[in-house]
Amino acid sequence: MLRFLVRRFLGAAITLLIISAVTFMLFYAVPHDPARMACGKVCTPDTLELIRRNMGIDESLPLQYWHWLSGIFVGRDYTGIGRCDAPCLGYSFVNHESVLATVQDRFPTTASLALGSSVVFLIFGIGAGMLAAVKQGKAVDKIASSASLIASSMQIYFVGPVALYLLVYTTHILDQPSYTPFTENPAAWFSGLLVPWLVLALIWTANYTRMTRSQLVETLSEDYVRTARAKGLSRRTVFFRFAWRGAMGPIVTIFGIDMGVLLGGAMITEKTFSLQGLGMLAVKSVINNDLPMLLGVMIVTAAFVVFANIIVDAVYALIDPRIRLA
Amino acid sequence: MSNTSPLLDVSGLTKHFPIKGGFPIRRTVGAVQAVDGLDFQVAEGESLGLVGESGCGKSTTGRLITRLLEPTAGKISYRGQDITHASRKQLAPIRSEIQMIFQDPYASLNPRHTVGKIISGPMEINDINPEGGREKRVRELLEIVGLNPEHYNRFPHEFSGGQRQRIGVARALALEPKLIVADEPVSALDVSIQAQVVNLLQQVQKDLGIAFVFIAHDLAIVRHFSQRVAVMYLGKIVEIADREDLYGNPRHPYTRALLSAVPEATVDETPRERIRLVGDVPSPISPPSGCRFRTRCWKATEKCASEAPPLVQVEGNKPGHLTACHYPETQETVPAPRLSKDPEAAA
Amino acid sequence: MTSTDQQPFLSVKDLKVHFSTEDGIVKAVDGLSFDLARGRTLGIVGESGSGKSVTNLTILGLHNPDSTKVEGSIELDGEELNGAPEKTLEKLRGNKMAMIFQDALASLSPYHTIGKQIGETYRKHTGASKQEARARAIEMLRRVGIPQPDVRVDDYPHQFSGGMRQRAMIAMALVCDPQLLIADEPTTALDVTVQAQIMDLLKDLQQEFGTSIIFITHDLGVIADIADDVLVMYGGRCVERGSKEEVLRAPQHPYTWGLLGSMPSLDGPVDVPLNPIPGSPPSLLNPPSGCRFHPRCAFAEKVDGNRCATESPVLEITDGRGNACHLTDEQRREFFSDLAGSQAH
Repeated sequence: MLRFLVRRFLGAAITLLIISAVTFMLFYAVPHDPARMACGKVCTPDTLELIRRNMGIDESLPLQYWHWLSGIFVGRDYTGIGRCDAPCLGYSFVNHESVLATVQDRFPTTASLALGSSVVFLIFGIGAGMLAAVKQGKAVDKIASSASLIASSMQIYFVGPVALYLLVYTTHILDQPSYTPFTENPAAWFSGLLVPWLVLALIWTANYTRMTRSQLVETLSEDYVRTARAKGLSRRTVFFRFAWRGAMGPIVTIFGIDMGVLLGGAMITEKTFSLQGLGMLAVKSVINNDLPMLLGVMIVTAAFVVFANIIVDAVYALIDPRIRLA
Repeated sequence: MSNTSPLLDVSGLTKHFPIKGGFPIRRTVGAVQAVDGLDFQVAEGESLGLVGESGCGKSTTGRLITRLLEPTAGKISYRGQDITHASRKQLAPIRSEIQMIFQDPYASLNPRHTVGKIISGPMEINDINPEGGREKRVRELLEIVGLNPEHYNRFPHEFSGGQRQRIGVARALALEPKLIVADEPVSALDVSIQAQVVNLLQQVQKDLGIAFVFIAHDLAIVRHFSQRVAVMYLGKIVEIADREDLYGNPRHPYTRALLSAVPEATVDETPRERIRLVGDVPSPISPPSGCRFRTRCWKATEKCASEAPPLVQVEGNKPGHLTACHYPETQETVPAPRLSKDPEAAA
Repeated sequence: MTSTDQQPFLSVKDLKVHFSTEDGIVKAVDGLSFDLARGRTLGIVGESGSGKSVTNLTILGLHNPDSTKVEGSIELDGEELNGAPEKTLEKLRGNKMAMIFQDALASLSPYHTIGKQIGETYRKHTGASKQEARARAIEMLRRVGIPQPDVRVDDYPHQFSGGMRQRAMIAMALVCDPQLLIADEPTTALDVTVQAQIMDLLKDLQQEFGTSIIFITHDLGVIADIADDVLVMYGGRCVERGSKEEVLRAPQHPYTWGLLGSMPSLDGPVDVPLNPIPGSPPSLLNPPSGCRFHPRCAFAEKVDGNRCATESPVLEITDGRGNACHLTDEQRREFFSDLAGSQAH
């Protein structure tokens, strides 16, 4: 296991290095002049040159990348702005803020959104999937299957506003979506995020229902499940001790990858409910041509996906003894 | 074509599948010695049977001959031409002459293609346009393998297992091959259907003069189909002979044990000799030193561990009957008592 | 089977197992009756779709109750199993009657150790503690010939070789000393040398415990090795029944005769074609009328009045021997001469 983790973390570091390099090259290769934009309306060539130097974009591309990269480990000095301590993901000249500080500021919103909704969609998705699998072919199964089909074809930008209109604006059953840090006021944190959780979960639940059902139906038809019944074990025991174990692997895999994606920011969800998470941060950075910020968000997002994959593989090996980690 | 040059000549054929491992950088740390130094020939129109238990390398051998796998070492000559490492281009004219029939008639036919398309596939790939067109040829082939030519436009799922294997045979025959490698062609079929397909293959072999490498674990079927038979154990040929010699006068202890383990559908008054091998086939990753069979052999001595027996014509063998054993069996050899078991004695 | 008044241990009477599918009703088993005495081995021979595996899953009550209709009677030691409550069957399964399957790798849970899987059966039926179950599992592994059982007990199935997995399956089935063991093609996936080991093991264990065994196979050679009595199934029905010697030496049904004739042997003639049975096994959705074998039967037209196509032959058993065929004994002697000739060597 230790060997596996060391190897995979090394691999992850290389992956992230490549992602950052490619992203860096792509964005900085685009013909535009961030210095010109930062310079404002009255811009003398001298000022422009100064800003260029401050931003570090007067240097060659590889050198710029090297500065960015080394900043993560040893920090970086920006002329006229000051020191950015390690780990320094760069400085946003548009927001006049360190990238890391902004990401740290936005991340709790995204994480709350992802974790809260995943609790909801796991409970309902797996629950409905199990029910459908046990009652295979019966009415419950058909209702669950068709409901999940309908739900999974919905889109946030449709369900979101409808939910807001029905649950918040007209009936006032639930609160207007907003983000309050959990440490500040847990109740407000909860009530502010409840609508986004439910809406996000509605769509994701469907995936988990369908997947749980199909995985369980598949494992229930496995020979070893039949053997377990032939040993005299009851349906219930067989279901929870054997079938469920077999179905869990693929579900954990998909969940891990989904979490990686969700933690990287759900742009449309955040936009729909006016929450300021990583997704919105990325969108704004693109609009503002804020390359250091965009690069920072990209790297953080990529890191989540890559590490989620490692965790998934490790968990899978715990579930299934046939998988050997090496 | 002179009689001296065999259709297929294999010498020293070896296939090792590398095992990756190590830390922190993955590298090759070992090899599965699937096939290790095979020598055999197949004459034109002859059928050579390859028998052995799972993991003995018989299927790998089939895939090496058809060049579906790249040999690690050794030489494969087809009609005197070295094809061991021949490129795709160099192989092209030979590919049509060496065909393969697979075990699973369900998995080896594309379910989305009609029978006509499946059988004419090889002709299309090799750009062969027989007289009267491909469709006419396919209909002929369907007739040869005992299917209705009207079934040209049907799909594989509309056929039974035996019929599907007939489609596989028709496809193999499409390019008028000289050599067919048949890998367990009947083992997935019902008993009553096996005989149909064996008869078809035998008829094809006789009528069209096609040579076969017939790979199977069923010793009775191999005996019925093949003029010569090679017995494999852990990647090596332990014995090769004409079928009469191999089945009538097995010299290698493994051949003898294998034959005695085959259950026969007869109720004899005098029970047959039975040799019970103990244990399992060792791992091909680290096969036993010397003779690979020694760990399960009741005659093994220190010599067997230190010295690998060569595949030669041991004393008492007819020409062409080769055995790789330091202590070959004779007709009178009685196996050690602890390993023999008379089923009736207990009753 | 010497005394006829003795009650058989297992008695199946007029068993019908019909599945409803989207395409219609599959008559997988259609009127099957047989008895099995204590300590005897019944070999059931048949090809895919003959209903041999379905029959045995039904005996254990492992069919899907929603889509399967089971009629007839299955009596084990005087107790009716068809229609018995699930709780009753659970107490019998793995305890009084156990089953081993063909594909041991697929039939053992990949997620649990061998020891756990064997011990689980023991705990369920005896209420033993974890430690007792583990000790019992080690004992069973030793008994079926697994080397170093106290170490291998903690292995997972994928760490075992094919032959050892089948041994572990047998250990699991026998852990509660069942009186009926159903073995569904237990050696089909194994190499011949390992198959021989497993069959010896089953015979030894039967001697030791007096278990009644139903051995399902398509291989008549295996039957010759292990069975006392043979039941030949075709298209969901029994077509022939008798002792191993009777069935293999003097088959009465053209299907059995055809099967024996279509198999090459290790010492038969080689340059003649085999005698295959023409055609394919029947569809159980739309089984042929009359005798289900008649479309493939070489002798169907020799029977007067087209009876084979119109009239189902009745299986009549006298002293454990019988067949379901319209041919007369004289006709059989005449038509089946080939086989007698080839077996005379």
